[in-house]
Amino acid sequence: MSRYSRHIILKDIGIDGQNKLNQAKVLVIGAGGLGCPVLQYLAAAGIGHIGIIDFDIVEESNLQRQILYGTSNLGQQKAIAAKQRLSDLNNTITVEAFTEALTPQNALHYFSNYDIIVDGTDNFETRYLINDAAILTNKPIVYGAIYKFEGQVSVFNYNNGPSYRCLFPNPPSENDIPNCSEVGVLGILPGIIGTMQANEVIKIILGFKNVLSGKLYCYNSKTTQTFTIDIKKSTTEFEKVKSKRDYFEEQYYSKTCNLTVKEITIDEALQKENILFIDVRELNELPKANRLHHIKIPLSTIKQELHSIDKTKTIIMFCKSGMRSKKAVSILQEQDITNCYSIKNGITAIENYFKIHV
Amino acid sequence: MKLTIKYFGMLAEITECTEETITFSEDTVSELLKMLLAKYPALEKKEFQVAQNQTLVSEDTQILNSEIVLLPPFAGG
Repeated sequence: MSRYSRHIILKDIGIDGQNKLNQAKVLVIGAGGLGCPVLQYLAAAGIGHIGIIDFDIVEESNLQRQILYGTSNLGQQKAIAAKQRLSDLNNTITVEAFTEALTPQNALHYFSNYDIIVDGTDNFETRYLINDAAILTNKPIVYGAIYKFEGQVSVFNYNNGPSYRCLFPNPPSENDIPNCSEVGVLGILPGIIGTMQANEVIKIILGFKNVLSGKLYCYNSKTTQTFTIDIKKSTTEFEKVKSKRDYFEEQYYSKTCNLTVKEITIDEALQKENILFIDVRELNELPKANRLHHIKIPLSTIKQELHSIDKTKTIIMFCKSGMRSKKAVSILQEQDITNCYSIKNGITAIENYFKIHV
Repeated sequence: MKLTIKYFGMLAEITECTEETITFSEDTVSELLKMLLAKYPALEKKEFQVAQNQTLVSEDTQILNSEIVLLPPFAGG
């Protein structure tokens, strides 16, 4: 155990603490500016099982801050390159690399296999997805986020504490807030913020008292000023997320960071009960869906026609390709009509179905 | 009363300062926001939270003689 001797001689860690670290399972989402220092310190600390989710590849412009990677990694998948480096850094731990994006379809499965989730992502859709999936699987999130010279750190959903939605209940509007690749960032900043995230992970595993839960720590690297804000738990925000459980995996996160638009195939649609099919194409569009009992409400008028839709039915909408019907679903969902779906590939899929099922 | 307002992140780029002192003669957070939006119309499009004495507050919270922070979410990682 000489690898961990400097931990073990610390009274607050010792052999018991080091064993806890060795048994812990941590999932790091995003192996970029924040994810790199998190991964490096967690691996060095002997976190026994580390998962890395990142679909991106290493680019030259990453090397100014993502110091886990070197020139020889350019063009490689980040998750794979990180796994290689971490396995060298500590060959006694297990590192798993996942080269796909986190989605509502895979998030609950991934989260259920880990003790702690680290948010090192670079966009709001994924941040809200992580928040919601962590609530549904009851996992703590160690959150970090950066902008130019400023960073934020917090721990969410820990020991009945507040969530990201308790801090920011209203996601920013589309294109409101750019990411690092669009605005630039001081290379050292994610190193500082990511290292603080790794520190919170260790504190949670070791059972330290003052985990950064219920507080948002803000740091400005230009002024070396720090600021901590208290966050209160909002039960309403938790309930909203929990109410989505039944259809969580069927949906996608939109730019508004909310779940929208359940898409299903025509085969799946026809297996539902008490269905109301709605053609949201304009009235003169061809081909007609003659074989399918439906009503017609063009997308352009659906907001005015909401009263004519029977909300007790399972509402299934289609158009030519599935784009307008997705929009129509999101319009209905905004009106709290949640039992509605869009048919994938629209009328094309419907025609194909009836060619096979004469 | 005199209030110290701190602006974080992209909000400081709109206000062109990270901190300023203003004179405020009304009552609530929503009245303060109205005043700040009149001064900095571009704030309207931004999502942010308001903290007073290091605690998040809502629009109907009364402003006390204190330090106010406008805190935006960051996406970057």
